[in-house]
Amino acid sequence: METKPAASGSPTLGGYVWGFALSIVCTLAAYIVTEIHINSAHESIPHEVLIPVILALAVAQLVIQLVFFLHLNKEAGPRWQLAVFLSTIGLVLIVVVGSLWIMQHLNYNMTPQQINDYLQDQGSF
Amino acid sequence: METAIEHKSPHGTNDKAILGFWIYLMTDLIIFAALFAAYAVLRGNTFGGPSERDLFSLPFVLAETMILLTSSFTSGLMMLAAHRGKKNQTIGWLVATFLLGASFLALELSEFSRFIAEGHGPQASASLSSYFTLVGTHGLHIAVGLLWIIVSSMQVARRGLTPFITSKLTRFSLFWHFLDIVWIFIFTIVYLMGVAL
Repeated sequence: METKPAASGSPTLGGYVWGFALSIVCTLAAYIVTEIHINSAHESIPHEVLIPVILALAVAQLVIQLVFFLHLNKEAGPRWQLAVFLSTIGLVLIVVVGSLWIMQHLNYNMTPQQINDYLQDQGSF
Repeated sequence: METAIEHKSPHGTNDKAILGFWIYLMTDLIIFAALFAAYAVLRGNTFGGPSERDLFSLPFVLAETMILLTSSFTSGLMMLAAHRGKKNQTIGWLVATFLLGASFLALELSEFSRFIAEGHGPQASASLSSYFTLVGTHGLHIAVGLLWIIVSSMQVARRGLTPFITSKLTRFSLFWHFLDIVWIFIFTIVYLMGVAL
């Protein structure tokens, strides 16, 4: 497959190959780090290190695929795509962080004993 | 064959259709985010059943991930061929993407049926319900994508790479790349973290 000199931002074979190769690296890195963690009975790489590392690798791969596969960069013709994407990320953060926050509070504040006490106060028993 | 709804831009593509499809993908992203949130809340509620660590096989999931990643790559190669007007190459890469995607789905379905056969189906616990819903929804999207490839290949074969069909292929490749991106997070949060925590 011949490669023509491409205008900036438009897809090239090299772009896809780079995206593919870098994604493989991120995936394998996350996998290997997790395997080391498991096989050493959680000793050599503690949770506090592993989780941020694999999340960072996931985000890195996200950015790699956005740039190399989806061509989502500043120069991209329809700037709308980037704007819509960023607004969606904002919404996603509200939904996910909000859900986790609320559910964690509910979990903590609504133990069966607390519920029983509340019902007793209300005179339901 | 050009239709009246086409809108020529400097890129020679139907920008409105592509932007519209991109906005649809963003709503899809919100659906997945909500399913992820539900999974994050419920993953520990195993109702006395096995934890994820006991169920998941990391090498198996790595294979699935590599297959899907490669299919995302081949869909990119498909778009390159389409932009260069190479009809047979486009169909070839579409077929390659299909074979990889179908392999991924077959592996995933075999994993699901193994869980169900061992009594760990979606009705066994909240944890499993949220797992099957999240991963199953992704798998359903993949299945629809496979159907899309079949139809698109037939259209390309019969009518060639018209601007309309090329725009459609562009939207398909957006869809397929998006699914691989969602899988990155399923791989990391569901499988890697499930086994590690």
